[in-house]
Amino acid sequence: MPIQVKGEVLNVKPIGDYFSMTVVAPGIAERTKPGQFVAVAVGGESGGMLLRRAFSIYSVRETGVYGGTVEFIFSVAGRGTAWLAAQRPYDPIDIVGPLGRPFALPREPANCVVVGGGYGAAPLFPLADALRTRGCRIDAVLGASTGDKLFGALDAKRMAASVAFTTDDGSYGEKGRVSDVLPEVIARVRADVVYACGPMAMLEAVQRVASEAYDGAGIPTQLSVEESMACGIGVCMTCVLPIIGNDGQTRMARSCVDGPVFGGDRIRWDALGTVPDDAVGAHQ
Amino acid sequence: MSVTIRRQERQIKHVNVDMSTKLGNLTIADPVFTASGCAASGQELAAFNDLTAIGGVVTKSIQLNARAGRATPRMAETPSGMLNSIGLQGPGIDIFLNRDLPWLAEHEVTAVVSIAGQSVEEYSKLAGKLRGKPASMIEVNISCPNVEDRGQVFACDKSAAASVIQAVKRAAPASMPIFAKLSPDVTDIVSIASACMDAGATGLSLINTTLGMVIDTTTMRPLLAGVTGGLSGPAIRPLALRCVWQVHQAMPDVPLFGIGGIRTGLDALQFILAGASAVQIGTVLFNDPGAPQRISRELSEALAERGMDSVQQAIGLGHRPPEVIVPELPDPPGDTLEDELYESAVADDEDITDVFIEDEWPEDQDV
Repeated sequence: MPIQVKGEVLNVKPIGDYFSMTVVAPGIAERTKPGQFVAVAVGGESGGMLLRRAFSIYSVRETGVYGGTVEFIFSVAGRGTAWLAAQRPYDPIDIVGPLGRPFALPREPANCVVVGGGYGAAPLFPLADALRTRGCRIDAVLGASTGDKLFGALDAKRMAASVAFTTDDGSYGEKGRVSDVLPEVIARVRADVVYACGPMAMLEAVQRVASEAYDGAGIPTQLSVEESMACGIGVCMTCVLPIIGNDGQTRMARSCVDGPVFGGDRIRWDALGTVPDDAVGAHQ
Repeated sequence: MSVTIRRQERQIKHVNVDMSTKLGNLTIADPVFTASGCAASGQELAAFNDLTAIGGVVTKSIQLNARAGRATPRMAETPSGMLNSIGLQGPGIDIFLNRDLPWLAEHEVTAVVSIAGQSVEEYSKLAGKLRGKPASMIEVNISCPNVEDRGQVFACDKSAAASVIQAVKRAAPASMPIFAKLSPDVTDIVSIASACMDAGATGLSLINTTLGMVIDTTTMRPLLAGVTGGLSGPAIRPLALRCVWQVHQAMPDVPLFGIGGIRTGLDALQFILAGASAVQIGTVLFNDPGAPQRISRELSEALAERGMDSVQQAIGLGHRPPEVIVPELPDPPGDTLEDELYESAVADDEDITDVFIEDEWPEDQDV
């Protein structure tokens, strides 16, 4: 069950092109599983920005002198995130979490490849911790448009048996996309599963590569999607995408409560941004 | 120099405010409801509120059949508000009655079922399906296009709105209150309101969203996949309040739900003073999922501060002639220093110089 906490900023710091915010929010840390997110109110209680901003949880600390803390990574993309970046220690902050469906973890030790695009890599670090506890091998692929927009390069080197970096402009690692190097990584480490978080186009490419692995046998994926949300708690119906259910039928599912993590084979890549003709209740 | 202001602590009188209100033949223990389309069917908000402690949940408008809704983007944030273009995504009435309504009943949450149809007959069928079901009220969402009349919206036409309400009245369980939810996108809301009442509505819900749009200046196309969307949030509060005011003025005995941009207890109070018997809160839920209980508490405190011991005392009070009743305290101090100075002085009924601790009166100060 998510909770709403009137928390307090512990710190805000720039990390490369991004910001990290740590919030003292007792109760959220204890409940969080890798892949879940928080929804943060921006602009103050009487401000004009009503919609919460959703961020993947990067790290949590259950205890400490301040009580439980939650850390998330964000990029300043508009007025809401600019407001967040301008907050200072002790400023009040209203945060709801943990939200959403977490990454599914393998029952047995497995070879896991984690793939992150930009600051989408953030939730992969708590995921890697959980995977390591289960005896899994972890290899990482991190990509971004430029070297400054890579997130967690040092952390990744620590947590993973190997890390491959790609940038669109070749300013760091290999020039190209994560999906260019992913086939080689999957084959080399005999990967059993791919976890990824980043922009939808990247996730689509990751899913294609994973489904073609081992001469088309394919391996399962767990993908954390990015959809714009208004509430984050499942009531507004704005963050939907076409998802194939257990019964084989496509429904417009909420990425906030039915996701943000989906099996890559459940996402209707052919119909993103639309309501496909065969979806339940289409053309009513 | 620094000016220190002695502020009178606002005394919260610990009066037990009777929060109950009447909606037709129903007496509801609290006047704050969640608005249709902003609370799904209540389950999600139960994590943040005791839903039995508020008036009830108005469920997302349900249709006869499952509906996938519109493509994305479905939402855009706007100044003090948002646009939505969901397209009434929902599971259809049968799944709703088997899955969602029983949850509300089991948890003893007052359920107001919002129904939406594409023809008069569909509304009638939907109302009929509520017979024997644990719904307390029906809210009729008539802001839907009538497929039998070139997509003309029922709520924008007196006779279309009236035919829907008549049909719902005939098909609905005999004693169940029926509220018509009106669109503000009309020339004369009072005439639509009066047509719905003549057709047998118990009361009215004012207002639904108003149509708006946003153009994405990067793509240079409409931002929403549906092009236009419903504008909601505090941006439309004055518009909503005006509608409640006008309808109450014309029909003071009709129970009204005030809806539109309510974010605080004082916002809710404005609607009650304008003539609403109860309020619904919508978009604020996205900002603050704990808003239902907060707003109810703030409203109760606001009434107590004004020396009132019941919600019902406040209904329509804004329409009284100025000299009849004077509230014990004015509204809380405003934003500017001048306002605070003035209001504290008035509240204390003291000489304005008394608000300064320092003896010196700043020479150039203009009060």
